[in-house]
Amino acid sequence: MVASAGIPMYDIPFLTAGGGIGSFVTLDYLRIYGVPTSQMRVVSNIDHPWQTYEFLTRCSQIPRSERIRSDSSSRPDNLWGFPSYALEEAWKDKNPAYLWQLLTEPLLNDYWTPRAGTVFENLEREAKRIGYWDMLVKGQVRMVRRRSGGGYFTVVTPPEGAAPTKRIVFRSRFVHIAVGYPGLKFLPDLQEFRTKYSDYQHVVNAYEPHEQVYEFLKTRPGTVVIRGGGIVASRVLQRLFDDRERLGLKTQIIHIFRTFVTGSHGPHIWARRKGGDGWAYQGFNYPKSVWGGQLKAEMRKLEGADRAKKYKEMGGTNTPYRRRWQEQMRAGRSGGYYHAVQGTVDRVERAPDGRLVSYVRSSDGIVREPVADYIIDCTGLEADIAEHRVFADLLTYGGAGRNPVGRLDVERHFEVKGTASGDGALYASGSATLGGYFPGVDTFLGLQIAAQEIADDLARRGFVRKMGPLRSTSQWFKWVFNSPV
Amino acid sequence: MVPTLIGRIQTRLFLLATVGVVITLLVMPVVPGAAGPLGDLYVTGLLVLVAVGVLGVGWELLYHFLMQFRWEKDWPTLFGLLTLVPEGLLLYFLLRSGAVGFIDPIPPAAFWTHFTVVWVSMWLVANGPMRVPFIRWRFRGGRVL
Repeated sequence: MVASAGIPMYDIPFLTAGGGIGSFVTLDYLRIYGVPTSQMRVVSNIDHPWQTYEFLTRCSQIPRSERIRSDSSSRPDNLWGFPSYALEEAWKDKNPAYLWQLLTEPLLNDYWTPRAGTVFENLEREAKRIGYWDMLVKGQVRMVRRRSGGGYFTVVTPPEGAAPTKRIVFRSRFVHIAVGYPGLKFLPDLQEFRTKYSDYQHVVNAYEPHEQVYEFLKTRPGTVVIRGGGIVASRVLQRLFDDRERLGLKTQIIHIFRTFVTGSHGPHIWARRKGGDGWAYQGFNYPKSVWGGQLKAEMRKLEGADRAKKYKEMGGTNTPYRRRWQEQMRAGRSGGYYHAVQGTVDRVERAPDGRLVSYVRSSDGIVREPVADYIIDCTGLEADIAEHRVFADLLTYGGAGRNPVGRLDVERHFEVKGTASGDGALYASGSATLGGYFPGVDTFLGLQIAAQEIADDLARRGFVRKMGPLRSTSQWFKWVFNSPV
Repeated sequence: MVPTLIGRIQTRLFLLATVGVVITLLVMPVVPGAAGPLGDLYVTGLLVLVAVGVLGVGWELLYHFLMQFRWEKDWPTLFGLLTLVPEGLLLYFLLRSGAVGFIDPIPPAAFWTHFTVVWVSMWLVANGPMRVPFIRWRFRGGRVL
């Protein structure tokens, strides 16, 4: 049918859709397990795997020189996590202090975390080493459908002029979907304001470019409202505080927390997270044991409502306790230019002078009406998976379903439940699969854990040989010497 | 690696049987204060490893219990190193008191040199190189099997 429609079709045994870090680490695993580049393709609308990640981190105030929130041994460019980023940076910067920090984290020091630049440079090195660009096909994936003969068709729109037809089709036994976040979602009151006043300059999301806010504040004293209590709020605050210090600005900051954490919180003494001044503190996006310890083992056994409950217990917005940030906030509170309040915002209006009034209702009934020049939404809400057309199609026609927290339901080995087709399999990893048997999916190490599960499942199906200690060690030496897989 | 209980115990026994044995064979000939034939020293050194393993199962239960008070259910790198102090002291006093009768008395300098070098080596291997041959180990809470 496809052929008779005149659409060109290509056979490729393994195809990954997305082309971000999720696709990259999966290909990296499979290349190291021994799959040649000729057997795999990655369909993507970006040129290099870290492109979207770098865009989002840069917007949310982490340029290459700043440190991301990720563990030293979570290396998407190195599936062994050894040597860790800290060893590498200590060696390159000739700075043994990093090792001391690594040794004493998180007790005497903050967690050591890598610079964004270190991550990107290493990804580039590894991408070259595994022949990533030999596998890249530029294009937008429209849908993945089961084939009656087994396996899948992936329909792709190539860039204009790149192919004779508007669509091309890949026929594959295995497909992997790692398309990232389905989309950004704004807080409803902010979305309403933006639509009502067509103002996309003064109410901004931290994940979109918003350099105009900082530029404005350099020209005259102003007030900024921050919404959200996560890592992005921390980073944006640091930028505001840094600019204030460096340039002697007079910026006033009003920080609205929907949930204001005043101290240690949790149901019992074995489940209590630290917090204070509005924030819940946690080193990384998840408690550390989700990537290999107790929580990972527990979650793997849970189904349905029990699993949803466990997710809720360990969830909640949080940010790392970093000594530098604590100092800046303390200075801000005592200097009277940083005000943190609890409240939900009923609506945002434009004042006669063009500034923004937030109507904030606190749980004690007090209504405040702070006036600001800018509002930065740092809540990082994510859209529903059905907002992404590939998932919408899979949910409607592909047999896929939702897990206990509403996202894409996957097996322990990341095969999308209900989508099997003959001897083929469809896998998914990343944010879309949050709520599954493994919780840390939308993290570097989580993507690697998923990639390992997928690679081992492909080995069970005979697509590649499972990697044992000997191959692993010899491949590690190849990584060290940067020689091809 | 963030351990589970069974992973802790397996990792300890595995590292004692590999890194521990190799390091014992290397350091026993040069530990200070030890006298007697090398064969006897090796037997003593290896029996100390056995004692670290057996007592260690109890220690790991305690560590696992203490870990429950941590929100992240993790075990910081530094803990893995510093636990050599209580573990070493307990074993040392047990040996001195003659409670572990099948191990010959060891001079303090010999015991502490051997014990510390083995411990630090195992700790270093567990914090990195172990992941090179065993790619699934860190994702399984330290289980080797």
